[in-house]
Amino acid sequence: MTEFKSVVCPICGCLCDDLEITVENNEIVKMKNGCAVCEAKMVYGYKSEERILKPMIRKDGKLVPVTMDEAIHKAAQILVDAKYPLLYGWSSSTNEAQRIGVELAEELGSTLDNCASICHGPSVMATQEIGIPTATLGQIRHRADLIVYWACNPWTSHPRHVERYTAFTEGRFEKSEWKNYMLKLKGETGKKKIEAASKRLGQYSPPPRPQVCMVDAPPKSIQKMGRKMIVVDVRKTKTAEAADYFLQVEPNKDYEIFSALRCLVNDQELDIDKVGGVPVDYLKDVADAMINCEFGAIFFGLGLTQSLGRFRNIEVAIALTRDLNRRTKFVISPMRGHFNVTGANIVFAWQTGYPYAIDFSQGYPQYNPGEFTINDLLRRGDNDATLVISSDPGAHFPKSSMQNMMKHPLITINPDMNAISRLGDVVFPAQWCGIEYSGTAYRMDSVPIPLKKVVEPPPGILNDQELLERILNEVRAIKAQKTEVQTKVKGEVRSAAKTVKKTAKRTKRKVA
Amino acid sequence: MAEILVKNGFVVDPTNKIDGEKMDIAIKDGKIVKKVNERKAKIIDASGLTVMAGGVDIHSHIAGAEVNMGRLIRPEDHYKDAVRKTKLTRSGTGYSIPSTFVTGYRYSTMGYTTVMNGSFAPLKAKHVHEELNDIPLLDKGTYPLLGDWWFVLENLAKGDIEECARHVAWMMQSTKGYAIKVVNPGGLESWGFGHNVHSIDDQVPNFCITPREIVRGLIKVDKMLNLPHTIHLHTNNLGQPGNYKTTLDTMRAIEDLSTDGKPVAHITHIQFASFAGDDWGKFRSGADEISKYINAHNHITLDMGQVIFTDTTTMTADGPFEYTLYTLSGHKWVNSDVETEASGGIIPFTYKKNNAVNAIQWSIGLEIALLVKDPWKIFMTTDHPNGGPFMSYPRVLAWLMSKKAREATLKRCHKKAQKKSLLPSIDRELSLYELAIVTRAGTAKALGMPNKGHLGVGADGDVAIFNINPETTDIAKKYKAVRKAFKESVYTIKDGKIVAKDGEVVDNTTPGRTMWVDVKTKQPCIINEEMKRKFREYWSIEYENYPVSDHYVKVSDKLTVEASV
Repeated sequence: MTEFKSVVCPICGCLCDDLEITVENNEIVKMKNGCAVCEAKMVYGYKSEERILKPMIRKDGKLVPVTMDEAIHKAAQILVDAKYPLLYGWSSSTNEAQRIGVELAEELGSTLDNCASICHGPSVMATQEIGIPTATLGQIRHRADLIVYWACNPWTSHPRHVERYTAFTEGRFEKSEWKNYMLKLKGETGKKKIEAASKRLGQYSPPPRPQVCMVDAPPKSIQKMGRKMIVVDVRKTKTAEAADYFLQVEPNKDYEIFSALRCLVNDQELDIDKVGGVPVDYLKDVADAMINCEFGAIFFGLGLTQSLGRFRNIEVAIALTRDLNRRTKFVISPMRGHFNVTGANIVFAWQTGYPYAIDFSQGYPQYNPGEFTINDLLRRGDNDATLVISSDPGAHFPKSSMQNMMKHPLITINPDMNAISRLGDVVFPAQWCGIEYSGTAYRMDSVPIPLKKVVEPPPGILNDQELLERILNEVRAIKAQKTEVQTKVKGEVRSAAKTVKKTAKRTKRKVA
Repeated sequence: MAEILVKNGFVVDPTNKIDGEKMDIAIKDGKIVKKVNERKAKIIDASGLTVMAGGVDIHSHIAGAEVNMGRLIRPEDHYKDAVRKTKLTRSGTGYSIPSTFVTGYRYSTMGYTTVMNGSFAPLKAKHVHEELNDIPLLDKGTYPLLGDWWFVLENLAKGDIEECARHVAWMMQSTKGYAIKVVNPGGLESWGFGHNVHSIDDQVPNFCITPREIVRGLIKVDKMLNLPHTIHLHTNNLGQPGNYKTTLDTMRAIEDLSTDGKPVAHITHIQFASFAGDDWGKFRSGADEISKYINAHNHITLDMGQVIFTDTTTMTADGPFEYTLYTLSGHKWVNSDVETEASGGIIPFTYKKNNAVNAIQWSIGLEIALLVKDPWKIFMTTDHPNGGPFMSYPRVLAWLMSKKAREATLKRCHKKAQKKSLLPSIDRELSLYELAIVTRAGTAKALGMPNKGHLGVGADGDVAIFNINPETTDIAKKYKAVRKAFKESVYTIKDGKIVAKDGEVVDNTTPGRTMWVDVKTKQPCIINEEMKRKFREYWSIEYENYPVSDHYVKVSDKLTVEASV
């Protein structure tokens, strides 16, 4: 029995690094400190029955196990033969693997994209438009007295975010709101019990829903000293229940709300009563809370990046944060999903200058979201081979994209038999990054954290970095061979042409 | 390893007092040696060429979280400068913040072999090392930001310098840093709540300490730890009109700490800290006052932070300063606070000749460099990319070496700048000998690198050969030829290998070393459970995951020093 301390959880962008893990007979048997999502993967998920144990190649429509060498050769051959391959995924892999990935894309002259393309790509674009005033999560933990979760639901997607970094954690200058939350919870449960009891007694009539709007008025508590939490979303989530104030907006109206808040923060008057379904008076209270706090932080999720307006939503959110910085201190931060999607952006940026949507077909990196982003490429049907690593577009992409992807050879590198692996022509097994091999990942606030290896991988399986290195070497070998053959053929053609010329001359002479 | 003999070049090696003497330089096993077997060695005919040690850059932001954020937010900066993949080299992009590989290639083709990264937040140390590993052909080092680290502030406020020193030593080891970097001491902590400090005697909120105490404390720590470099200081009020007074105050505040006549602090990008005038309208140069002080004292070294007229990206750990730039320009602004340690900011910026302030800034940098009489006290940098990208170094060198070059630029500057500039009154033109000091010999000395910046026996086999014939060329008049010569070295030799020739990389197999300091304190910094708990309270990551483990440094060059605590 071995115990590991300070293990990093390789699931969401929080990268909690305080897990205590017990390993027995090369199996994780106990995990402390992690959330439910973490437990699902670290204790049960990684031992899935769907685990791929051998590399496979599709022969006559069926996946057949082959040796690693054969699979690597086949994959390299596919990539070299393709005119315009596409390499995609990377967000659940280590920086070390991503580095090799860029080199491979460069060698192949292919396109290279990561999962930011379908999640926080718009946030990256907005940052390129207007910058971003941000901070590491620890800074927010120590100082933030106003926390706004906008269009995200950390309670389910990043379960320990609130507890580790924001409202329910003790900072140097700000206290935890945990106790108040427990009190509130108790009160609400009591209220519900009374309601249920009176319902049973037949004395209950539900209070009439306010006709004016779905939104409740902001409570006085959002103006108080100390920590406050506001949630803005289209529906009441678990996070919203924990918040001091939940501001429900109409779907796709975030841009309007942000713009209204910008006006109010800049002391302008609004001549309308409601914006995006929210009375302006309520927004005034929210704007006041934002201006009067000591240190505010906005976290936003895919509700902003993938709804109407896309990167313009983020741009206006950042613009609001910039305006607020003239009145107080305010930061804004995206809630990155996969544990190393931030790392993919960072590694790509330092090697090529661009964070995602990169094309190497000209021999140098080019960047154009909308042109080189994976779904746009696929739907246009530009690529003639795809390599997917540590990602599952098969389960998440639109049908039209997948149909075009399936027209051409597909190479997959994933630990278990997910949707995309089932569709692959060359299917590689992989080690679980952060469980079976170590490496580096970047937290959502760009803090690098070392992932730990806690159990041995099944025999014969390479980690992403080794595998990509071998594919890269094989690609180089095949290309070298190809050029050799080409020069040889060229030479032969040339000498053949010479002989033809000579004989032609001779026959001419003879004729003469 | 191959042997190389550089024959008949005009050798300029200020450390060994060689000024343009015709002589041979022999390299074997990556080191300079007395002689090599001429039959076996590769002979480089350097007749008519100038031979210098490989360049040593003391302050340049080439890697790390801040730099990479700058890359990430500026695709428009890269579009205009794409770099193709070749058989030997990787592809990438420029311009003001080149991608890692391109950074290595471009420095190398300019004859540089050692570059020190200006700063990094210790929490993000792994990031900076990962990037340094991807910068080929150069030896590198990097400075952790320690001036606003809570452990430092608390220990100094308590007056416990020894404990502070032990913590700094621990940090140096754990982040694999080279020198103590102090940026706007006290200001970064204040910026946590959106404030700043405005003089060296302002109180830092919540910590009962002043910038004066921080700087003095860390200089004492630096001495106790026997670090090779002095503290690397970015002064308070940087980039504010009238800040030369704060800079003078800072220098005066540490006068008494130099006991042996040696420097105790390096004030970096002095140009940005030498502004006079009460506001932007009355903006003028404080170069005269600063250089007078420096000429009379020996406890400070400086680097220029010269401004180039171009589009560039400013980035510094000085968050409040970048905020000021944002309020001035309204341009895209990145602020990135780092818990317990530092802050940071990025703003793209274009220095224009027809902008009075920018033009005066340009003048200030050159004025100080020329007015400070001793070239061992001030070195050439552009604070890449803050003043301009490092590819512009040849332009700066031309301005330093030729009055004609300065006049040619000044006459196209804003009228106000022309009137206010001291440059027309300065006749000094740097010789090749002095130039070698400000780009290699002086910087290597200030950094405490005995094997770098010179060509004496035992030095690293880092050599740069430039197409300048000091016998036939009047460098002050032919400044364009000189500029061209420094843009593309004829040969750059790194660790005894020819890595670049005529402006092109010819050998890409040298990854370069990462230099870092391992300080051995007599009593180690005690990390017990209590300390770990404190750690958990201060940072949002665990103690075990904080240090940069050895595998993060591809080629490690550890310098072990014995501390006196």
